[in-house]
Amino acid sequence: MIKKFCLWLLLSLTLLAPLQANEAVPMAEDPVLEARLVQLSDNLRCLVCQNESLSGSHADLAKDLRREIRGLMKAGKSDAEILDFMVARYGDFVLYRPPVKPTTWLLWGGPFVLLVAAIFLLLNLLRRRAVALRDLPPPEQLSEAERLRARSLLDGESSAKKDVLS
Amino acid sequence: MKRFLIPIVLFIVLIGFLAVGLKRDPRDVPSPLVGKPAPAFSLPMLVGGQSLSPQDMRGKVWLFNVWASWCVSCRDEHPVLVKFVKSGKMPEILIVGLNYKDQTDDAKAWLARFGNPYTLSLVDADGRVGIDYGVYGVPETYVIDKRGVIRMKHTGPITEESLTSRIMPLLATLEAEPR
Repeated sequence: MIKKFCLWLLLSLTLLAPLQANEAVPMAEDPVLEARLVQLSDNLRCLVCQNESLSGSHADLAKDLRREIRGLMKAGKSDAEILDFMVARYGDFVLYRPPVKPTTWLLWGGPFVLLVAAIFLLLNLLRRRAVALRDLPPPEQLSEAERLRARSLLDGESSAKKDVLS
Repeated sequence: MKRFLIPIVLFIVLIGFLAVGLKRDPRDVPSPLVGKPAPAFSLPMLVGGQSLSPQDMRGKVWLFNVWASWCVSCRDEHPVLVKFVKSGKMPEILIVGLNYKDQTDDAKAWLARFGNPYTLSLVDADGRVGIDYGVYGVPETYVIDKRGVIRMKHTGPITEESLTSRIMPLLATLEAEPR
């Protein structure tokens, strides 16, 4: 009984195999081109599922765009020309690495501006503290009576702690 | 008190940025095509089969509306378009549909069922023209002026509100422009 079931299972899996292989068909056609496609589309955003790359997305539009890029590659277009093709249609948003231009200066330079500002604030703070420490009035000397009182207080505290512990 | 002033101001500025960011629609990606000539194509009409290109629309202000029978939010948008056409407020404006990656029979049945606001619809079976127009989520609508330049792109379904507050005023100014 079990043996028969296993046989059926195996048979149905074999029948399913060509279905699963469908997706990989273009891969076999031209592995070099496909590798280039994956490399290029890794840096492109799928606009349907915005946090996925074009190479990894299963959205219909991503499949169509991969088809277009494949066509452009076969037509001998360079990577830069293909990126231009994408940007002309979907804007800089498709690029995971935005270009450096006036509207993105803040994006690229912002972290460094913050870093410089933080270093400046830190140095300022350290300098002010050094000055404050230097200008501190000399510590007042305790009188003998005060010293004894402090000693007894400290001793009392430690003996009280011992009581709790024991 | 004064030493807390700077952190509080910084915090309020940060909250301001976050509040603006929350209200923005991440799906609304500005199109680089606004201000550029509408990409050329030659597509067959859904009914009749004759082909049409943007060149044929010169001298007219038109809406280029991407739709499909499989598109769920098109059902929200469709009544708004039907009502706009029926109202007869702007009879000179043509609405050209781009039937995007659809089955012709399904598309025709859909129009028969929900009404047809389109002057005509074009068939983009493999989605290539959609890609040239930077379509990434149906429905999308382009406003194209008399010289064939895209003046606005609306992503997502047109609502009563966006039609009256944004699209119709633009159509009126474009209609007043010389050829």
